[in-house]
Amino acid sequence: MDVLNALVAFSNFVLVPGIAYGSQLALGALGVTLVYGILRFSNFAHGDTMAFGTMVVVLVTWAFQGAGISIDPLPTALLAIPFGILVTIAMLLGTDRVVYRFYRAQKVKPVILVIVSMGVMFIMNGIVRLIIGPGDQRFSDGERFIMSARTFKEMTGLDEGLAIKTTQGITVITAIIVVLLLFWFLGRTRTGKSMRAYSDNEDLALLSGINPERVVMVTWIIVAALATIAGTLYGLDKSFKPFVYFQLLLPIFASAIVGGLGSPLGAIAGGYLIAFAEVTITYPLKKVLGYLLPETLAPDGLVQLLSTDYKFAVSFVILLIVLLFKPTGLFDGRAH
Amino acid sequence: MGAPDMSDPYGDRGNKDRSITKDSGAELKPGAYSGTPHEGAAGEPFLIGDAMTGGYGAGPDILHNCTVAVEKGEIAVIVGPNGAGKSTAMKAVFGMLDLHGGDVRLGGTSIAHLTPQARVSEGMAFVPQTQNIFTTMSVEENLEMGAFIRRDDFRDTMAQVYDLFPILKEKRRQKAGELSGGQRQQVAVGRALMTQPKVLMLDEPTAGVSPIVMDELFDRIIEVARTGIPILMVEQNARQALEIADKGYVLVQGANAFSGTGKELLADPEVRKSFLGG
Amino acid sequence: MSDRLRNTLLFGVVALLILIVGLIQGANTALLIVNMGLISAVMAIGVNLQWGFAGLFNIGVMGFVALGGLAAVLIAMPPTTEAWAEGGLGVLTALVLGAATVVAAVLVRKLMPKGLPRALAMLAVLVAGFFIYRAVFDPATSAVEAVNPAGTGYLGGLGLPVIIGWPVGGLLAAGAAWLVGKTALGLRSDYLAIATLGIAEIIIAVLKNEDWLSRGVKNVVGLPRPVPYEVDLQANADFVTMAGDAGLDPMVASALVVKVAYAGLFAAVLAVVLILAQLALNSPWGRMMRAIRDNEVAAEAMGKDVTRRHLQIFVLGSAVCGMAGAMMTTLDGQLTPGTYQPLRFTFLIWVMVIVGGSGNNLGAVLGGFLIWFLWVEVEPIGHALMSVITAGMADGSALKTNLLDSAAHMRMLTMGVVLLLVLRFFPRGLIPEK
Repeated sequence: MDVLNALVAFSNFVLVPGIAYGSQLALGALGVTLVYGILRFSNFAHGDTMAFGTMVVVLVTWAFQGAGISIDPLPTALLAIPFGILVTIAMLLGTDRVVYRFYRAQKVKPVILVIVSMGVMFIMNGIVRLIIGPGDQRFSDGERFIMSARTFKEMTGLDEGLAIKTTQGITVITAIIVVLLLFWFLGRTRTGKSMRAYSDNEDLALLSGINPERVVMVTWIIVAALATIAGTLYGLDKSFKPFVYFQLLLPIFASAIVGGLGSPLGAIAGGYLIAFAEVTITYPLKKVLGYLLPETLAPDGLVQLLSTDYKFAVSFVILLIVLLFKPTGLFDGRAH
Repeated sequence: MGAPDMSDPYGDRGNKDRSITKDSGAELKPGAYSGTPHEGAAGEPFLIGDAMTGGYGAGPDILHNCTVAVEKGEIAVIVGPNGAGKSTAMKAVFGMLDLHGGDVRLGGTSIAHLTPQARVSEGMAFVPQTQNIFTTMSVEENLEMGAFIRRDDFRDTMAQVYDLFPILKEKRRQKAGELSGGQRQQVAVGRALMTQPKVLMLDEPTAGVSPIVMDELFDRIIEVARTGIPILMVEQNARQALEIADKGYVLVQGANAFSGTGKELLADPEVRKSFLGG
Repeated sequence: MSDRLRNTLLFGVVALLILIVGLIQGANTALLIVNMGLISAVMAIGVNLQWGFAGLFNIGVMGFVALGGLAAVLIAMPPTTEAWAEGGLGVLTALVLGAATVVAAVLVRKLMPKGLPRALAMLAVLVAGFFIYRAVFDPATSAVEAVNPAGTGYLGGLGLPVIIGWPVGGLLAAGAAWLVGKTALGLRSDYLAIATLGIAEIIIAVLKNEDWLSRGVKNVVGLPRPVPYEVDLQANADFVTMAGDAGLDPMVASALVVKVAYAGLFAAVLAVVLILAQLALNSPWGRMMRAIRDNEVAAEAMGKDVTRRHLQIFVLGSAVCGMAGAMMTTLDGQLTPGTYQPLRFTFLIWVMVIVGGSGNNLGAVLGGFLIWFLWVEVEPIGHALMSVITAGMADGSALKTNLLDSAAHMRMLTMGVVLLLVLRFFPRGLIPEK
């Protein structure tokens, strides 16, 4: 019984939040890794792209809520996501047209694009603040729990409860659907394959008649969708605050790099690895250990290995360890 | 390695930080053409780089009045000592060199002003010496990408490629990067054949493979030529290449030193002495 | 137009801009911009050393700046004797134990043959060390933090003149940079960017969390100053007479004098850093650095130890940033870990370097002043602009309120636009590298 209780407590506080957070990071890291693979630079504006997409979703959600449109028990935001994606696509394609394309035509070194993306980051950050302000916005509605802790306790008769929030369920299901779609697209469609070819060997792709501008356009479209979805899921699960999205850059980059920059599979693995490490190490394990250890050995303190503020440190240390042993990341995203 | 060039405002200051940029290794740059194109003479070869003179950008000329050509249904081989400009001549024909003299004609029409990509659409296929496959993609995907510009059903062509290179059919689900050197070259040639090109250009297809594999590759190349596709290739292994060649060009310092049929060149005492080791 | 004339003109324009601010918003505001401009210029030189000279992409400037700030606190604040008595020894012991753990792990790595046993032994040492460290550390810090938490609750500093904190800030940042550089530059491929991004967040997390060290989000306020206090000046009869002679209110005069004194100190530091950076740039060492940057393969072939050189300049540049950070904390008179944000303390400095001209120290200085000027002035200018635009609108209308509020967020937008415009039209910056 104690083992079961420990397992439930662990699931409730570490496993379930970890899976949800990992899914959000994975979707974010996929966007970063796609830009890296195709456009060959790390896009510092990605966090703010997520914030932008989510902002549009929040605004549309509010409009729907005002108009009394809802898909109860699911959050209205789900209905608003397509609109968010469309606006974000328009914004990214516009940015590419006005900003990035010029530098591509000049055949600049990719590091210049990194610096350019800093400029884009400032601008997007400013736009989001201008439109919705820097404050915290709540936009989730609908049923709060798929299963509340109490229901679980009543069902199982255990001391520990397992709560699964609706947003967590939605996050995981959406992430699975999105990832399956993405892999189907990259692995099975002509356009998807041409993207992989371009990422693998630019010259040969050109000689094969692949149009780089088209590849870049499709990439931005996918990145817009991924960023909006990742941002919205994160916002539903926690809340929407532009600055927090900017701060997600570190764990997202860490996920992408741990997985192997340029590798979609790596981005997903990296996302979950970073998320679980963060949640496990910053969660007080007292409850779990309390069930598992004999009473005399039960820990006095919280057994929180590190305070939650050190979650960035966790991303970073994991990154360091992986790179020490596998300098190209878990899955090498580059051509051999 | 690029020389320090501070006139380039968009240089990278030597950055090689993998966490922010991915090195593309791309070097394909369309060349500029400032010569005078003209109609080809009647009965001239199907593809001809005619009296080509030029180099890279403002640099010195690498090619001097250099002519290479291939007839329909034939194999033409460019040989010569190291640094003779063999690969450069090939690149010039494919539009990757700045030419200010001479012309390149395909089927009697000048293509000298076209970009390499446009020449692919015109029916030319080029297999670079290195980085000539998509290493992270399967063999079959490599062939599919070769056929990217085709909107028709290319399954027949793929079957033909598999007939030519049976090993590729066997390994079609495997990543091309995991294959042996000789097999990779087969993938590279197979990819180029997928456009059903009017002419195939190979840049040192046997570079870095063992002698046995080299012989096999030459056999395959003859087979490809037998299907009616003219082949223009650069070869380091002059003797073996000239043995299979209908036409050979010996280049020295960017200019034609000797040309003739493969047999003639092999028999020429001077060619033998200078390039074939007696 | 000669380079010299052009540069003089550019600096003249920035000086004129600040002068205009002085005329419109008062000398006090203008001096504030000058002071932070001086500090920004030092930071920009630090980043320019790394990026401009060596092509090292450091996006953890914030962390080094914050470490400098910590140094100012640790040097200048009076020690909290009671806290030292309660837990000082414990904290020190814990830190020594922590360091010993790391050393032991490194020793295990060095002495044991490669393989699973070594990995397990290292892991065991680290885990055991961590728990021992926490066992000593936690009670000690609790004790320290329990001492008058509202006023102190930390160990305090050494009570020395704050100016000593500036070079110490540089040293502290240099130490951190050495650790980061040793690890990141030593990895088989370069991962400096992500490493610096991470370390900066970690440093801020430490400052926010380790109350015993930096009071965390409770902030350290009232840092002793290297210049006189306004109230002291106002109480000084001579000063009041002098101010009166100059036709100034003593209150105003004292505020100005304090700021001018700061400006003098900062300008002296900037001058020294700039001269040293220029000398370094033109020395054999600087030429070699640029040779490495422009062609690493050739430099390596000539027997240059590229990694070592990179480490040197990375440490140097970070030290300069750390020193600037200490100066900034001194000027603010407080350390507020909660306010360190990458946009303001990392990416803004990058904008300064890129706009000024990568690889040119004068450019970095110009960029520091110009961008800081914009950072401060965009808001009032935007507000004034919006006031004009909305003048015809009814008071209290939603659009008017929204437009007026929006001015506050114009900053980020402007920085992005300026960066992109400069990259597009002056790709090598306003004062390009020679």
